[in-house]
Amino acid sequence: MAIEEDVIVIGGGLAGSIAALEAADSEASVRLITYKKSTLRHASGLIDVLGYLDEEEPVADPFSAVSKLPDDHPYSIAGEAAIRDGLDRFDEAVGDTYQGNHTDSNALVPTFGGAVKPTARYPAAAAAGLASDSREMLVVGFEEITDYNASMLADHLAAADVPFAVDGVELNFPGTYANDSRVTRFAKRLDNDEDVEYDGQTMGAREALADAVKPHVGDAERVGFPAFLGDEHTAEVRSDLERHLGVDVFEIPMGPPSFPGMRLADQMKDALDEAGVHISAGNPVIDYETDGDEIDAVIVDSKGREVPHYAEEFVLATGGLVGKGIDSDRDGTVEEPIFDCHIPHSEDRYDWFEQEAFGDQPFAHFGVRIDEGMRPLDADGNPEFPNLRAAGAVVGGTDTVTEKSQSGVSLTTGVVAGQRASERAAKREVSQ
Amino acid sequence: MSDAQQPSDFEPTSVADDFEAVDIFPSSEDMDLRPGADNCYKCTSCDTSCPVAEVNEDFPGPKFQGPEQWRLKRHEDVDIDDSIMSCSNCMRCDDACPSSVPLSQMHNTARGEYVEEHLDKLSREYLRNRMLSNYRTLASIGSKIPRLSNFVMGLGITSVLGEKIMGIPSERDVPEFATETFRQWWKKRGGSKVSNPDKQVAYFHGCYSNFNTVEVGKAMVRVFEEFGYEVLVPKQQCSGTPMFANGMLKDARREAEVNVRELGEAIDNGAEVIASCTSCSMALRQEYPELFDIEGIEELSEHTWEALEFLRVHEDIGQAIQESEVDPQAFAYHAPCHARNQGLDRQAVELFRDLDGVTIEDVGESCSGISGTYGWKSEKYETSMKIGAEMFDHMEHAEGDVGMTECPTCAMQMNHGTGYEIRHPLELLEEALV
Repeated sequence: MAIEEDVIVIGGGLAGSIAALEAADSEASVRLITYKKSTLRHASGLIDVLGYLDEEEPVADPFSAVSKLPDDHPYSIAGEAAIRDGLDRFDEAVGDTYQGNHTDSNALVPTFGGAVKPTARYPAAAAAGLASDSREMLVVGFEEITDYNASMLADHLAAADVPFAVDGVELNFPGTYANDSRVTRFAKRLDNDEDVEYDGQTMGAREALADAVKPHVGDAERVGFPAFLGDEHTAEVRSDLERHLGVDVFEIPMGPPSFPGMRLADQMKDALDEAGVHISAGNPVIDYETDGDEIDAVIVDSKGREVPHYAEEFVLATGGLVGKGIDSDRDGTVEEPIFDCHIPHSEDRYDWFEQEAFGDQPFAHFGVRIDEGMRPLDADGNPEFPNLRAAGAVVGGTDTVTEKSQSGVSLTTGVVAGQRASERAAKREVSQ
Repeated sequence: MSDAQQPSDFEPTSVADDFEAVDIFPSSEDMDLRPGADNCYKCTSCDTSCPVAEVNEDFPGPKFQGPEQWRLKRHEDVDIDDSIMSCSNCMRCDDACPSSVPLSQMHNTARGEYVEEHLDKLSREYLRNRMLSNYRTLASIGSKIPRLSNFVMGLGITSVLGEKIMGIPSERDVPEFATETFRQWWKKRGGSKVSNPDKQVAYFHGCYSNFNTVEVGKAMVRVFEEFGYEVLVPKQQCSGTPMFANGMLKDARREAEVNVRELGEAIDNGAEVIASCTSCSMALRQEYPELFDIEGIEELSEHTWEALEFLRVHEDIGQAIQESEVDPQAFAYHAPCHARNQGLDRQAVELFRDLDGVTIEDVGESCSGISGTYGWKSEKYETSMKIGAEMFDHMEHAEGDVGMTECPTCAMQMNHGTGYEIRHPLELLEEALV
């Protein structure tokens, strides 16, 4: 009768996926309940652990910098070993499609605004673009893509004092397109190597693109493209371009729609499937039932019908303000809508933000506070429920956007929550 | 759930005209689509989930069709863009949107308005679409003389004329009518073999299980009876799915009124409504209350289930499956878009994995491309097949050479693209449990 598991994870982003994978590594039966497409799909696909402690200098080694964080930072609560566990579980899930695990140091990855982002893991597709590499670089942009300008990107990189010469060139993407064409069209074209008209001939899109770029390569030893080099067959697209061009090819992460983010979301789903995690997607968790002081079931709103899903342990990984794991209202409410976990905040919403746009914004710290078992704490500092844990952006206490730590916080809290949940579920099973 | 989804005195085709610019606080609004439009923060999740936009260069995508077009329409001199007719109503954008913008509701209302005000009622497009959306009427005539109908429809000349006169792609084989409809079989059988006033379900068989794949309907009856349910088969019309997709909202409302009344009676007597087609259950659950204000429509929405979903919640079907065994067989399973929207895309795979003898593989997230009547239009055929290409490819790479899906038109497309025989999960359930 009914739907019953050992562990239920609510939320299908990075934190929820890692928590579910970690829990499934034990013998626990795990179900992941996810509502809409996660914010992971619009993310850069870069896995940052700690990029900045202050505004000035990027962090070189995030692990050695962790000790400088305040005691209530999720990293300080989980501990350095947990950060490593999170990254290990991630590495295992994505295999060789990601790089960076050979060192503790941050890699410096150029992004589409021309900034350089300190990050712990990056897609293999971005590997040849690292700013620490001294090889000359060409950045290619396209007239058809208006939110990305190669010359500006190259200028910004040069202004950041990168140790290599960098040039930018704007081309037309081979073939004909509507004025408002999206990156998804180009990606698809490359993914399937569809025929396009180029230079009076019909040829595969990959070859045509390489032909268009070739005259501009000059002395460059690597060529960067917006991150749209294919979807399912991205490694193949890249190697075909490299073969035609005779130099390394890399992708520069972009804003939404973000292929690196979408690919990572797809990879996570495959990993979950392979690990035997049950997935319920499309309906929200709206409420819960208790048995004594423990959560007995969460209630899924299945298009107007309330269906209980029972488990021993629950992980809340519903995201932050953007992912809608935290809600706020004009009346001064800031809440976690499912379990109504305590979220420290001022009741006066004018205290939520600073005038300075990039200042230390109080709203950026919104989220549940946790104990070392990742359990959300009530206003008195006691666990809200013995069998509820939180992971990812729903956890507050620090501004992960400014310090560039959101992925790392998601992996760290996710792996600990998944571990503890499956351990406790197993113990309860033995004692019953 | 958006606060824009519960209409009160809502007339879909006139909502835009009646709109007055307002109060930005959603709580004070009764029903309009503005809160939905305002919730869009342009994240593009809908656009990257749209199967039509993926293959059709000219289709502007759900973000434009929904919130952006809604906003443009605030100006009186702006008409609905005709690209709304290229939306296949797969409703994937609903499922994608992290902000719960009621995209399909916006598309349905815009399409209704476009068809009502801009489509020539004597045009071939209108007549063909009207005919396709009223498949039930067509089928009820054809199935009176099933053998003759099947013979005529199978003739090469019929297919050529269909293409030339009606704009029905000659590549497609018109589905065969069963020689005995589900309802005829039901009547002959003498109704339910189980009598149980405490466990009753009302079966919404829809058109396809009645006229074409009768074995799905029979499987539903036998499986539910096996679990001790008394099955009722109330009078019913088309769910309205093809009508929404073609902007024929008046037709859909006419059918909905009958369904709400007839199924409502069964609900009043304690029955839950069960559909075997995921688009039918989608229509009853989501589109009805979004688009029509009919007394009892909310109750119908709240009491409608897809067959397997119902059994998973109310019976220990997992255990029953684990204890069963069938002859060795392997399936390539495709989750219909409308199943996805109800959170049902994984249930068949997760359940049948535990059935001895069965290998089942999910062929991935792509849309089959047929989207009901969409792929049955000559001008949409190519788009339909381009969308389906990924699924065909994944099916061919899957171990099984029998397809499985809940949606009858997805099944047609799967068969059309691969030549595989396609089965419904209920048929396998019947084999395993009855």
